[in-house]
Amino acid sequence: MSSLAPLELVCPAGTLPALKAAVDHGADCVYLGFRDETNARNFNGLNFDDAALAEGLRYAHARGRKVFLALNTFPQADNWQRWTGAVDRAAKAGVDALILADLGLLDYARRNHPRLRLHLSVQGSATSYEAINFYRERFAIQRAVLPRVLSLAQVAEVIAHTDVEIEVFGFGGLCVMVEGRCSLSAFTTGTSPNCNGACSPAKSVRWEQTAQGMETRLNGVLIDRYADSERAGYPTLCKGRFTVDEATYYAIEEPTSLNTLELLPQMVEIGIRAIKIEGRQRSPIYVAQVTKVWRAAIDACRRDPAHFSPQPNWMAELNKVSEGQSHTLGAYYRPWK
Amino acid sequence: MKLPTQLPNFTLPEFFARFGQRLPQLPPTLALITALNLALGRLLPREPLEPLLGKRLAIRVSDAGLTLRFAYGERGFRPSFGSVAADLTITARTRDFLALLAREEDADTLFFNRRLQMQGETELGLLVKNTLDAIELPHVTLNSLAPAQALQHLRRILSGARNSGA
Ligand code: SF4
Repeated sequence: MSSLAPLELVCPAGTLPALKAAVDHGADCVYLGFRDETNARNFNGLNFDDAALAEGLRYAHARGRKVFLALNTFPQADNWQRWTGAVDRAAKAGVDALILADLGLLDYARRNHPRLRLHLSVQGSATSYEAINFYRERFAIQRAVLPRVLSLAQVAEVIAHTDVEIEVFGFGGLCVMVEGRCSLSAFTTGTSPNCNGACSPAKSVRWEQTAQGMETRLNGVLIDRYADSERAGYPTLCKGRFTVDEATYYAIEEPTSLNTLELLPQMVEIGIRAIKIEGRQRSPIYVAQVTKVWRAAIDACRRDPAHFSPQPNWMAELNKVSEGQSHTLGAYYRPWK
Repeated sequence: MKLPTQLPNFTLPEFFARFGQRLPQLPPTLALITALNLALGRLLPREPLEPLLGKRLAIRVSDAGLTLRFAYGERGFRPSFGSVAADLTITARTRDFLALLAREEDADTLFFNRRLQMQGETELGLLVKNTLDAIELPHVTLNSLAPAQALQHLRRILSGARNSGA
């Protein structure tokens, strides 16, 4: 059993206390971002300045854990220096890897910091081993985070044909499968996750309690209305309810969360190297709760993969903190190939 | 003294909500802003709170019938009077506010479960949440923020309300 490749647990941190919570509860790696649009969780008050990053690195490294820095948005012509500056700051701080999506930035990082480990972000939308091997050849990426669109069989196919380590999402909020390309938020609010680092920026969000229920508006556009008994979700367009041909329903995607805990043995078996937990926007307590469960599950799976099954209390704990009414195995368990 | 490590899920009895509304709201508001002003510049950093300058905030503790209205200005927090609507109103039960303070619950989790409501300028709410999350606050310093008696009182309420909750 011990011949299994080690599976890294990669946990989110939007703040220093969240980073410490991840490390204290068993994360192997923590990923985070700077306080600006160079990362896809660009929200007020969230993320790391240089001092917080230095302290985070010190804390994690003292305990033998790694810190990855996400620079996973796309620069534009007039602000290119902000992104390259972020690459330089991260390299200087001594992060263990950069998570990049933009080709130009991959090239910049490769040329200017040849010893810095590079990971291809999920935002890079590389789903085939041909694409991943191209990134490897050009920019020497060492890991790729796969978009949440592939079935497990497809993930296995990718792994079989590349030397690049493969990281997949295991838990958390879902985007509708067009990572790096979604323009729903830009359409309604003028702010896009891909360039400005925020889907549905808070300044465009309004919640209002009305006689019919709680209404969510995005830049004035009504995107959902919740009855008192319904669970709520993030105010994103993809998970809104719309009237199409006289029926009102989740016309794009249901607000569910990804939870692949029960697939752990298969994920280990096909050679996935790292599992990523979504949620840099969440509080330290969420990071602690989710990290703890996944640490326990990965350890249990490593001890005895043949008899692994998710404990009900793990699932209950994860469901409690999830968005939407239910959880899903996402594309991993789809029959398509 | 420590707060209980896991807050039980309780709702204050109806009684509190009905009578709370009739009580003067100023003393609890003063208690809150005193604590906030004490923390300001020490535990609570000023710089990230700048977008809050000039804003009116309201904290509605639904099961206690309390609405604490206050504003943030150059000189810190102060009570806000008058009937002008707050720029941001946050509503939750006593238990959930305490759990947030004690870092036992994540605000998004409470929101998904419909136990935390935010009305008005969402951006301010997110800023407050993220600023509080970023503070390195070991359990013990939470206690040092509030007078010991208040905590004692809180514990009595907690143990009294423990069995009446939803
Ligand atoms: S609208 Fe939905 S799919 Fe698009 S970026 Fe936002 S969360 Fe992702």
